[in-house]
Amino acid sequence: MSNWDRFLDSFFNARVAAEYLPKVIEGFWLTILLAGCIILTGLAAGLALAVLRSLGIRPLNWLIIFVVDLFRALPPLVVIVLLYFGLPAAGLSMSGFAAAWLSLSLVLMAFAEEIVWAGITAVPRGQWEAARSTGLGFAQTLGWVVLPQALRMVVPPLTNRTIAITKGTALASVVAVQEILGAAQAGVSFSFNPTPLTLGALAYLVLFLPVVILGRWVEARFAWKR
Amino acid sequence: MPGPILEARGLHKHFGHLHVLKGVDLLVQERELVFVIGPSGSGKSTLLRCLNRLEEPSAGSITVDGIDLLDRRTDINKARQRIGMVFQSFNLYPHMTALGNVALALRKVQGRGRAEAEARAREALDRVHLADRAGHYPGQLSGGQQQRVAIARAIALEPRVMLFDEPTSALDPELVGGVLAAMRELRESGMTMVVVSHEMGFARAAADRVIFMDGGRIVEQGPPAAIFGAPQEERTRAFIGQIERNHA
Ligand SMILES: Nc1ncnc2c1ncn2[C@@H]1O[C@H](COP(=O)(O)OP(=O)(O)OP(=O)(O)O)[C@@H](O)[C@H]1O
Ligand SMILES: [Mg+2]
Repeated sequence: MSNWDRFLDSFFNARVAAEYLPKVIEGFWLTILLAGCIILTGLAAGLALAVLRSLGIRPLNWLIIFVVDLFRALPPLVVIVLLYFGLPAAGLSMSGFAAAWLSLSLVLMAFAEEIVWAGITAVPRGQWEAARSTGLGFAQTLGWVVLPQALRMVVPPLTNRTIAITKGTALASVVAVQEILGAAQAGVSFSFNPTPLTLGALAYLVLFLPVVILGRWVEARFAWKR
Repeated sequence: MPGPILEARGLHKHFGHLHVLKGVDLLVQERELVFVIGPSGSGKSTLLRCLNRLEEPSAGSITVDGIDLLDRRTDINKARQRIGMVFQSFNLYPHMTALGNVALALRKVQGRGRAEAEARAREALDRVHLADRAGHYPGQLSGGQQQRVAIARAIALEPRVMLFDEPTSALDPELVGGVLAAMRELRESGMTMVVVSHEMGFARAAADRVIFMDGGRIVEQGPPAAIFGAPQEERTRAFIGQIERNHA
């Protein structure tokens, strides 16, 4: 067997591919479910924290900054492992899926809060003043005037960060979640052939390329002339 | 003569150790156009911003249309609808059309339905001759048009007093005229106005009274002819001389 044939047999073995494709497809849907859950809770929690922070209540803001810095500093894998393997010692146990969901949501929340907060502070003070001078209250000004502008500004970094963190769903394979990578690795250990990993990589491309393109579209759609 | 529509007494404002307003009294009669001039840093903007409580005065009292503005029980958001404000940098909401900018407070503050709010917003835009730009975003309007939309946004709420903080200083010279024309029409419709500006020609033609501020105090005030023609105070003379040299 030539090197080239060996390469083809290792990574593009049709028989192995056919056998493990269904597993990888199952993993594909599980990845989508996990990513969707993380995006929903992570972004919602991040937005909520940024809004809370804009109230300017000192002790509350210290707490928010502490939590945010904590989850920005910790590697996501450490958070997952801590929740999955550490909590049972405290009498609480959660499934691998729940541990991955909660961990990555907390990480996304932390980054989203920082990004949205930066957007809020980047809205010129004059916008607040103009809105308040017409009698709009604090919450109305935030909701109708400041947040729409802040969110538009942060769509690009927020999209990038969201994509980066949802790619972290692959870390869930460590806590026995059969998402794409988990399913592919299982396939490799059963078949003694790395082809399932090729399928996994393809599955990630199928999943994330459209997301990246969507991110671009959103970016263009949300831009406006000043 | 009816009582003053706006009455500020003994206004002081501190920013930390900086004493910016040092006891300002300002009475404005209904339909009066008061013009405020003074060197940079003399406290003109701070005074205006105190008059709708964008700044909290450190001491003093402010009454607008019979409402005690500094009383804790006063609903400031309700009171602010009676005090329109126009800013040097327009401050239009960039994510809304001209119509959306004008209609926002009509809907969210005054609680009007969309149709009524937009009808009123169109009326206000018509008053500044921008009815045909209702669907444009601020980025698609010239500076002068943006400032006129900002005026429409304020007058749509039917304020009793309008405050202008250097409404034309951010504009290219050829765009100043349109904004001044809109202000003059507003004045002719009977609006009470307090205007901070360096547009001396406008002051001469339209102001009832000119106030010269320096160092956080009102130094001198009177009819435009008197202040510009025969100022009594040395500081006023120096300032007006300087302005006239700059515009010569
Ligand atoms: N929020 C603030 N915090 C601290 N100092 C301030 C603040 N706002 C204004 N000041 C100071 O108060 C003084 C008066 O400012 P103000 O803006 O009222 O002057 P002005 O007469 O409007 O000047 P200009 O003609 O340059 O607009 C200045 O020294 C300014 O630096
Ligand atoms: Mg000023």
